[in-house]
Amino acid sequence: MRETTGAKAFRIVTIAVLGIFTIVPIWVMVISGLKPLKDVQGDFTWWPSTLTIQPYIEMWQTVPLASYFVNSVIVSSVATVLSLIIAIFASYAISRYNFRGRTVFSTTVLSTQMLPGVLFLLPLFLIFVNINTNFGLQLVGTRTGLIITYLTFSLPFSIWMLAGYFDGIPRELDEAAKVDGCGPMRALLTVILPTARPGLVAVAIYSFMTSWGEVLFASVMTTDANRTLAVGLQLYSTQTNVYWNQIMAASVVVSIPIVIGFLLLQKNFVAGLTAGAVK
Amino acid sequence: MRIGSARNAPASNLRVSHDKDKEVAKVKIRTFAAAAAIAALAITATGCSGGTSNSGATAGGGKTLTYWASNQGTSLDNDKEVLTPQLKKFQDETGIKVNLEVIGWNDLQTRIQTAVTSGQAPDVLNIGNTWAASLQSTGAFMPFDSAAFTAIGGKDKFVKTAMDTGGMPGQDPTSVPLYGLAYGLYYNKAMFKDAGLTPPTTWAEMVTDAKKLTTGGKYGFALAAGSYTENAHFAFINAAQNGADLFSADGKPTFTSDGVVDGISRYLDLMQTDKVVNVANAQYDNGTKAVNDFATGKVAMILNQNNADSSIVANGMKNDQYGVVAFPAPAGAKDVASHVAGINMSIFKNTKNKDAALKFVKFMTSPETQTALDKPFAALPVLAGAKAVFTDNAQEAKTFSDIYANKSKPLPLVPAEDQFESTVGKAMNQMFATIASGGTVSKADIKAALTTAQQAVEAAG
Amino acid sequence: MSATATTRKSGAAGKASKGGSRKPRRAGWWLPYALLAPAIIFELVIHVIPMVTGIWMSFLKLTKMFISNWGNAPVTGLRNYQIALDFNSAVGAGLLRSFLITAAFTILVVGISWGLGMAAAVALQKSFFGRGFFRTLFLIPYALPMYAGVIAWKFMLQKDNGAINHFFFDNLGLAGAKPFWLIGDNAFWSVVIVAIWRLWPFAFLMLMAGLQSIPNDVYEASAVDGAKPLRQWSAITLPMLRPVNMVLLLVMFLWTFNDFNTPFVLFGGSNPPAGDLISFHIYNASFLTWNFGSGAAMSVLLLLFLLLVSGIYLLIMNRRKDRA
Repeated sequence: MRETTGAKAFRIVTIAVLGIFTIVPIWVMVISGLKPLKDVQGDFTWWPSTLTIQPYIEMWQTVPLASYFVNSVIVSSVATVLSLIIAIFASYAISRYNFRGRTVFSTTVLSTQMLPGVLFLLPLFLIFVNINTNFGLQLVGTRTGLIITYLTFSLPFSIWMLAGYFDGIPRELDEAAKVDGCGPMRALLTVILPTARPGLVAVAIYSFMTSWGEVLFASVMTTDANRTLAVGLQLYSTQTNVYWNQIMAASVVVSIPIVIGFLLLQKNFVAGLTAGAVK
Repeated sequence: MRIGSARNAPASNLRVSHDKDKEVAKVKIRTFAAAAAIAALAITATGCSGGTSNSGATAGGGKTLTYWASNQGTSLDNDKEVLTPQLKKFQDETGIKVNLEVIGWNDLQTRIQTAVTSGQAPDVLNIGNTWAASLQSTGAFMPFDSAAFTAIGGKDKFVKTAMDTGGMPGQDPTSVPLYGLAYGLYYNKAMFKDAGLTPPTTWAEMVTDAKKLTTGGKYGFALAAGSYTENAHFAFINAAQNGADLFSADGKPTFTSDGVVDGISRYLDLMQTDKVVNVANAQYDNGTKAVNDFATGKVAMILNQNNADSSIVANGMKNDQYGVVAFPAPAGAKDVASHVAGINMSIFKNTKNKDAALKFVKFMTSPETQTALDKPFAALPVLAGAKAVFTDNAQEAKTFSDIYANKSKPLPLVPAEDQFESTVGKAMNQMFATIASGGTVSKADIKAALTTAQQAVEAAG
Repeated sequence: MSATATTRKSGAAGKASKGGSRKPRRAGWWLPYALLAPAIIFELVIHVIPMVTGIWMSFLKLTKMFISNWGNAPVTGLRNYQIALDFNSAVGAGLLRSFLITAAFTILVVGISWGLGMAAAVALQKSFFGRGFFRTLFLIPYALPMYAGVIAWKFMLQKDNGAINHFFFDNLGLAGAKPFWLIGDNAFWSVVIVAIWRLWPFAFLMLMAGLQSIPNDVYEASAVDGAKPLRQWSAITLPMLRPVNMVLLLVMFLWTFNDFNTPFVLFGGSNPPAGDLISFHIYNASFLTWNFGSGAAMSVLLLLFLLLVSGIYLLIMNRRKDRA
């Protein structure tokens, strides 16, 4: 199939414009992290007066970035795993069973995504405090509290996407497994899950990114003990100085794992979307 | 997909079928909502009194306290380094362990609010003293009655000016002073000398000097014109110079009086008509950037509290290169150069370690601890008869002590003070933004903005 | 998603005729409920109960006088709503203004993001050298943690030391004074651009996924018929992407209207009126003035509005689908 001149021009212009738009902030972030403090406080330059990795060294001291990093990794990973497991069960039920209340469940869960975060921030905090008072389970200022909050943030979308994905898996497959004497749970584990891998990967990526980037709830629910990167990064603007170069360096460092992970798995993500959400 | 308000993917209802299920669904939703409501009430009802849990109470027998400190040093870590030896000393003396958390100013207010709301709070905490009356009105803090004062060494050990900020007049205060701060006019000695100037003593002199110094890419002044707290403070100080009050005796806002409008107008004019402030200052959303400009010789004067010292030095200017005088008032106006700034200490009412908390407050406000902390945190003494030790520069110490003791007025000690700061402060941010983008702000504009601010405060009360 | 729904319907119908094998077996009727239980519990605790509490708060005079002792907060009925909707008062006027700004913000951000996403998806539809690279590049803003991207923009949008002004005025030599981007009226455009930068890769991703499910021979057939690319796009691509677009636009609308993070990180504590998006406005109304009852009432109004718009949108979309 030959490309017309118009189509080619459109392609080149689109790619060029969007390429620049996308890359400039990334470039600024990377390059400013390699500048001495004097540079970032003075006029902007596209290239540092002297290249230095000093910001990458100092940033660990200015704020306890390492411990925030650990918190973020733990919170995001655990929330992702739990959310994935819960979503698998729920989507399996929705996709394979026709039970009373299915519609209500789907509607209710999915419409929670419409809630403005500010509406339930304070009530949620109060509920956590009450759980602590009545059941002795400490949720505010702990990773546990963040984990159970974050896992629900990605849950609705995950359930919706996985149910769509499961729907696309021919029912004959699990029927066959059942004929072989598998119970429904065995059928889920041995037949459906392996087939649904791209969908699972897509959902996992999505959950992880949701938790990794959350700011609003983290700013209220975290203390020194469980502060995540999302809030920790703001601490670089202290009373004395705004360490722009360290902020940028830290931004690069917190972005690298997630960007690399996402890019490595993007094929799966697109495949999962295609099969699940975008059918 | 971390887009919406930290929340995600609705994409909802699409899965809902659009037929007979609907009727069933409706009924179901209703039942479901009712059940949820009951569950919610059941859970929240038990918490109506704000809970009683206290993180410090868990460790046996009142031997552990939780303390939230505000950020006073150059970084949160720096605060920890400064405070830890003192807390260690306290533990050695009393056997009480203190769990310290230093909280940045961005978070402090929200953290205090959630603590007040939930009752899950530290035993002892620092507050900006301008919030004292506002926080007092929540009823979440322990009033210092005479017994409590006796326990911490008596009310009279504090400087009276400082003690006045403890809460609303006529009530037992809910906070006691910890660190004293005051605004001063910092000036660059070399720049003044080169221009043949002496430090100003009246507003008019200050403006004339600033105009002379605004030359060759340098400016007479830097202001934190994008910081609503700084702006609110100077709205108050300038209004106070005009003898105007922000609240009537019964706590109603009186922002629109001529004295307030004129005061704000005078302050804005530093940028608008006098043009001695770089318009870029309109986006200085904290004092830091102005301090940077001053320390690097880009501006000749800044208005800052005395804890700017450590920042100025950290940015490369030596202590003998700058001088400080009181922020001057116009000729014939009231000699108010600052509000009584500083940090107070409060005890949460539902602490289970009241005695230990009082001991800790006593320790923190003891002469030895104060002397040890005033220097690194660049604070003025809040104890009567104590000497200012925050700087080795005797002249500067004298100037600030004089401002603090004689030329400071407390911000209004009313519950709505915090709302004054946010509404009027933010309105001033916008006025500076307008001026900086080439617009003009007339007195009528100021009055209109203040009317809106006043309405907002009235509506909230 | 309509496609999924239809599939299930026809699937269910088919099964039913085969003797209802999809009906829960009597023995295991509880199984789907057991499978749903964890999801239901977490949703209840984190979303539903707090939401109901929030609605309850909106009927209380929950100012700082009562915040530490909710039991004593007087019930004010609809007072909080009256104040929020009285557009002659300072509070109501502020809310209305913020609502209008948010509406304009949403229309621009969703519209442009969709356009950019579509353009990029189409441009990268056919294989060419470097396609993989650009696809990866375009996805980076989406993969970046939100605060990292927005902080970089904040740094770039400074007046004197920012990259944007440096580019236009120092590099391109534009005349005149460098404008402010983070204060004053330009703040609106800043927040729009930053939000687009973060959102458009998501549109790109979804549309790209959608395009992949369009079989190539459809294009080939139409090319044989002599269809020009633009005509192909409007006659094939657009209709085939309908199900994707339907979901995508709604999702983007809801995210953008509720956007809190972008203004929060971009402006910090001193948000300019021009960038006063509604979530941030409500947050400030609650936390800055300690008036949580009033803040909750505003949130409920926002929720009602979103429900209304989503409902109408779905209704229209479904009606059109039925007609088609």
